[in-house]
Amino acid sequence: MKPAPALADGFPDLSGMQIAREPHWFRWISAALIVLVLAAIARAFANGQIEWSYVGRFLTAKVILEGIVNTMVMAVLAMALGIVLGIVVAIMRLSPNPVLKTVAAGYTWLFRGTPLILQLLLWFNLALVFPTIGIPGLWSARAVDVMTPFLAALLGLGINQGAYTSEVMRAGMLSVDIGQYEAAQAIGMGRLRALRRIVLPQAMRVVIPPLGNEFIGMVKATSLASVIQYPELLHNAENIYYANSRVIELLIVAGLWYLLVVSILTPLQMLLERRFARGTLRLAR
Amino acid sequence: MTRPLVAIRSVAKNFGEFQALKNVSLDVWPGEVMCLIGASGSGKTTLLRCINQLAAIDAGGIWLDGELLGVREQGGRLHRLSEREIGRQRLKTGMVFQRFNLFPHMTALENITEGPTQVQGRKADEVRAEATELLRRVGLAAKAGSYPAQLSGGQQQRVAIARALAMKPMLMLFDEPTSALDPELVGEVLAVMKELAKSGMTMMVVTHELGFAREVADRVVYMDQGAIVEQGRACDVLGAPREERTKAFLSAVI
Repeated sequence: MKPAPALADGFPDLSGMQIAREPHWFRWISAALIVLVLAAIARAFANGQIEWSYVGRFLTAKVILEGIVNTMVMAVLAMALGIVLGIVVAIMRLSPNPVLKTVAAGYTWLFRGTPLILQLLLWFNLALVFPTIGIPGLWSARAVDVMTPFLAALLGLGINQGAYTSEVMRAGMLSVDIGQYEAAQAIGMGRLRALRRIVLPQAMRVVIPPLGNEFIGMVKATSLASVIQYPELLHNAENIYYANSRVIELLIVAGLWYLLVVSILTPLQMLLERRFARGTLRLAR
Repeated sequence: MTRPLVAIRSVAKNFGEFQALKNVSLDVWPGEVMCLIGASGSGKTTLLRCINQLAAIDAGGIWLDGELLGVREQGGRLHRLSEREIGRQRLKTGMVFQRFNLFPHMTALENITEGPTQVQGRKADEVRAEATELLRRVGLAAKAGSYPAQLSGGQQQRVAIARALAMKPMLMLFDEPTSALDPELVGEVLAVMKELAKSGMTMMVVTHELGFAREVADRVVYMDQGAIVEQGRACDVLGAPREERTKAFLSAVI
C-alpha cells in the first residue's frame, strides 16, 4: 500500500450546515383527530342528563370531605400495616429456617388467593364465629363491640396488603448484590443488622415505585370498605344519593376526589424516590 | 513468635461434588505478608473466605489467635457457634473484596464508621476522627463526603481497605484486590497495601500481581486444584520454582 495523503479528496465540507426540521405530518393529523374525539365526548356529557350544579355543590359537602379524610386515614394506616407485615414476611421467606419460610409462604398464599371483599366481610362478621373474644382470664369482650367497621377494614385491607407487599419487598431484597451481605458480615454484622442497615435501605430504592403503585391501589381499595359500613368517600357519596337520587353526580364527585388524591401522590412518590436514590444518582446532570 | 496467628490444619471444603480445598494445612505468623497465587479455581479465594467464615469448612480446623473458628469442641464433638459468636470472631479479620462491595447508600466516611459505631458500639465522634485519619492514610481525605458511585475503582478499593482497618483487625485478607481495576488504577491500591505491610500488619493476599508479591511478600504460596503445591520465600517460589506445576503456571502468566 502506498502511503496515504493527509486526507482524501471528494468529500465536501459540511460544517456550518444545519439539519432541516422534519414536517411530522402524522403528529399533526393524530393530534387533530384526538381533539375532535375529546370535543365530542365533552359535548355529549355537557348535553347529557347530568346536573353539573349538583357536582359543584357536593364537591365540598361536609359528608364528602369527612369521607375523603376517612379514606386517607384508612389508606395510610392499612398501608403502614401492610408494609410492616410485608417486611417481616419477606424476611421470614428469605430466612434459612424452613418453619418460618413455610409460614410466610402460607400467609401469602391464603391472603392473595381470596378476594379482598370476601376478606373484609369475614373480618366484619367475625362475631358470628367468635361471639366473645379476648385473652382467657385477663380480658374479654363481645366481638360485635370490638370488630367495628374501622377495625375490620384496617385488618382486612392491611393484612391483604401485607401479602402483596411481602412479594415486593422480597424482590427488592433479592435485587441487592450478595456482595453487600458479605461486606456487612465481614465487618461483624449479624443477619438482622445487615438487613436493617445495609440491605433494606438499598432495597427501598427498588421497591418504592411498586409500593407507590400499591398505595395508589390501596387508596381506591378502601372504597370496598363501603360494604362493611366504613364511612369512607364512596360510602358517604352513596348515602347522599340514596337520599337525593343524584347518582351520577355524586359518583363524579367521588371520582374527582380519588383523581385529585392520586395526582398529589405521584409527585410525593418522586420525592421519596430521590431520597432513597442517595449515592446512586450520577454527578450533576 | 511462639505461635502462628493463623493455623490451618487439614482443611477441606466442598461445593457439591467439587473439592475446592483438599487437606490444606498452613501457618501464618504475626507480621507476615503472605501472597497466595494460582489459577482461578485453585482454592485460594475459598481459603480466605473460610478464614473469614463467609464459607464454612467441611473438615479440619482453623485457629485464629489461638481460638478455633466456627465450632466449639465439647464431649468429643464439634458444635457450630452461634451467629453472634461467629460475628465476634470475624472482628479479628478485615476483608477486602475483589469487587470492593462498598455500601452505595453511604458516603466514604459513613462506610468506614458503620462497623465501629453499629457493631462495636463505639462513640460516633471518636470513630469519626479515626475514620478521617484512615481516609488520609489511604490518600482520600478530600473524598470523605463522596458516595461510592462518585469514586473511581481505585478510590473505592482504598475506601474499602480503610473500612476494614477501622475495625482494628489483627489480620487483613485481600481477595484479588486489584483484579477489577483498570490497569492505571492498580498502582494506587498496591501502594496503600505496601504501606500497610510496612506498618507490620499481618496480611494474606490473593493476587495475580506477581510484581507486588516479589516486592512485598515474606512468603508466596502457590495453590493448584485445592491444594498447596509449593511455598517459600518470594524470590525462591517466583524466581526458582521447584515444582513442575509452579513452573508451568509462572510461564503461563508472565
